[in-house]
Amino acid sequence: MTETSSQPVPQKAKQNLFQQLELDMRLLGMIGAFVILCIGFNIVTDGRFLTPRNLFNLSIQTVSVAIMACGMVFIIVTRHIDLSVGALLATTSAVMAMTQTELLPNILGMGLNNPLTWAITVVVGLFVGTLIGAFHGWMVGYLTIPAFIVTLGGFLVWRNVAWYMTSGQTIGPLDSTFLMFGGTNGTLGTTTSWLFGFAATAVAIWALWSGRRAKSAHGFPVKPVWAEATLAAIIAIAILGYVYIVNSYAIPTRRLERMFEARGEVMPEGLVVGYGIPISVLILIIVAVTLTVVARKTRFGRYIFATGGNPDAAELSGINTRLLTVKIFALMGFLCAVSAVVASARLANHSNDIGTLDELRVIAAAVIGGTALSGGLGTIYGAILGALIMQALQSGMAMVGVDAPFQNIVVGSVLVLAVYIDIVYRKRLGAK
Amino acid sequence: METQDTQKQVSSSGRGSGQPPLVEMRDISISFGGIKAVDHVSVDLYPGEVVGLLGHNGAGKSTLIKVLSGAYQMDQGEILIDGKPVEIGNPRDARANNIETIYQTLALADNLDATSNLFLGREMITPMGLVNDAAMEAECRKIMAQLNPNFQKFNDPVSALSGGQRQSVAIARAVYFNARILIMDEPTAALGPHETQMVADLIHQLKAQGIGIFLIDHDVHAVMELCDRASVMKNGKLVGTVDIADVTDDDLLSMIILGKQPGQKTE
Repeated sequence: MTETSSQPVPQKAKQNLFQQLELDMRLLGMIGAFVILCIGFNIVTDGRFLTPRNLFNLSIQTVSVAIMACGMVFIIVTRHIDLSVGALLATTSAVMAMTQTELLPNILGMGLNNPLTWAITVVVGLFVGTLIGAFHGWMVGYLTIPAFIVTLGGFLVWRNVAWYMTSGQTIGPLDSTFLMFGGTNGTLGTTTSWLFGFAATAVAIWALWSGRRAKSAHGFPVKPVWAEATLAAIIAIAILGYVYIVNSYAIPTRRLERMFEARGEVMPEGLVVGYGIPISVLILIIVAVTLTVVARKTRFGRYIFATGGNPDAAELSGINTRLLTVKIFALMGFLCAVSAVVASARLANHSNDIGTLDELRVIAAAVIGGTALSGGLGTIYGAILGALIMQALQSGMAMVGVDAPFQNIVVGSVLVLAVYIDIVYRKRLGAK
Repeated sequence: METQDTQKQVSSSGRGSGQPPLVEMRDISISFGGIKAVDHVSVDLYPGEVVGLLGHNGAGKSTLIKVLSGAYQMDQGEILIDGKPVEIGNPRDARANNIETIYQTLALADNLDATSNLFLGREMITPMGLVNDAAMEAECRKIMAQLNPNFQKFNDPVSALSGGQRQSVAIARAVYFNARILIMDEPTAALGPHETQMVADLIHQLKAQGIGIFLIDHDVHAVMELCDRASVMKNGKLVGTVDIADVTDDDLLSMIILGKQPGQKTE
């Protein structure tokens, strides 16, 4: 214990291109599957699948499930499960619908389109979601009831709490500002979208660069410069490509006319305006980036993965695993409420069946995205890609004209197949 | 690691100098569902001393030691550190009292790398409140260079490591944070002869630094070689505590098997 010289750091002999890029093969496989899926549907539908309009719609349809899937990753990583997310979405959606249509106008005397209505509604919804999630987490962590049972109970309870609160009726119309979170009714516009795209690209490249600098400052091996540059180029193309696509989707002329009329102006002849990035997609990006940072760069995230890898070790390392469980479920509840905002705003009302079967879509997205049910493994971007693949499959089949029962049969089979491929892949890697 | 002579260093212990013991566990009892796993046991440990805990499987050694490391709560008894009573209600309390433990199961999160395991629960944080992976890896490389110079797999999950490598991660975690009291629960059970010798050398080094060590081991010869005193347990009760210098292998064995004190060898 007297010798303090640090040992020489050997350069690893890397074998192939992907290893040099240090890219996750599973991620590449999923991106490949998604691309093949899109191209395949595009051929079958004579080019209707890969249009700006369809890709725009695909992204706004994915958001609700994708946001919840991000939270589900943490739940599954800690060896729990949440079967109540769809029901929780319904309850928080009902709470928000009642808040803006009944509570605020009738009790506080605020009109439906009062400038404060949407903000109060969203805060109330997020609070209720977080509270219910924390309550689930308390039962799992402190009362040690298995999460499967707690959330199976929650599934029945919250689905029907929502029903009771709204008497089973569809609640609408909703606040016009609130509707901006849904997708088509709220986009950034083309200029802001480009600005956002370039800013996001800059931040991503800065993050890559500062990570590299931190490593080389300590003399650890770093990737070759060309590998970093390739990675940066892929990220830039993905971000700016998406911005280009959503900017090319022009707002229909009729709709644009109405927007000008609402402001008391006359639309100039032949004007074409693109939608830009939907606010709901922006929310998903914020959630995804935040949770990725949480997972990799915070104690909370480190403890989530440690607990998933070995709960006893985590406990013996002084981690309060019970409180951790409460926090994870509270986060899940919060994200359900965020999804409820997006989902009800997209539908422009609260309907009694909102979020039905979402729990299964969310779990499937997380699992297709590489989250292991045995715990300790999973990524946020994987879950989002998983959600995107499922949605692409579903809406692609709808465009092709596959019957509804066959759509679900295919989605179910793909889920099982995806997990099997993952198992084979992990075995070949040496059972990590 | 430089090889030190493996001679016993009985004189290095702080015992007999009039100062209070580093740790005193008084009259500890703990039961699980009516079975007394530990029954009114008292042991103590002085700075720079290695005390062996011996006994059959199920004798209560590990349970006793888990009371000290905060994994179990005792039903009755008292723990004193430097002569002052302390509350150890969970592993965090134990760590706050500079008690570090190498568990028999190693208690590693298999999906995380060596650095994350080393700092688990005590991560280094940047001014922005994020974990400082690069700084932690640098520290991890430093301590591993001392403990196990062949160790190179810093970016693999510990599930990809060999038994000896995993053991050195667990040891690194226990010694990195300036432990004063070290608990080693069968530290050599999964190791080959070379690695076992490395652990023995390490114990001598730590002892010379004035760290007190509780060593749980099945191997009477190892205890004879490494320890200053040995406490033997049987069926949850303490058979007795003896100075290693005063007893033979056979004496220890008969204490373990028969539960009898060797013929009135009091100091």
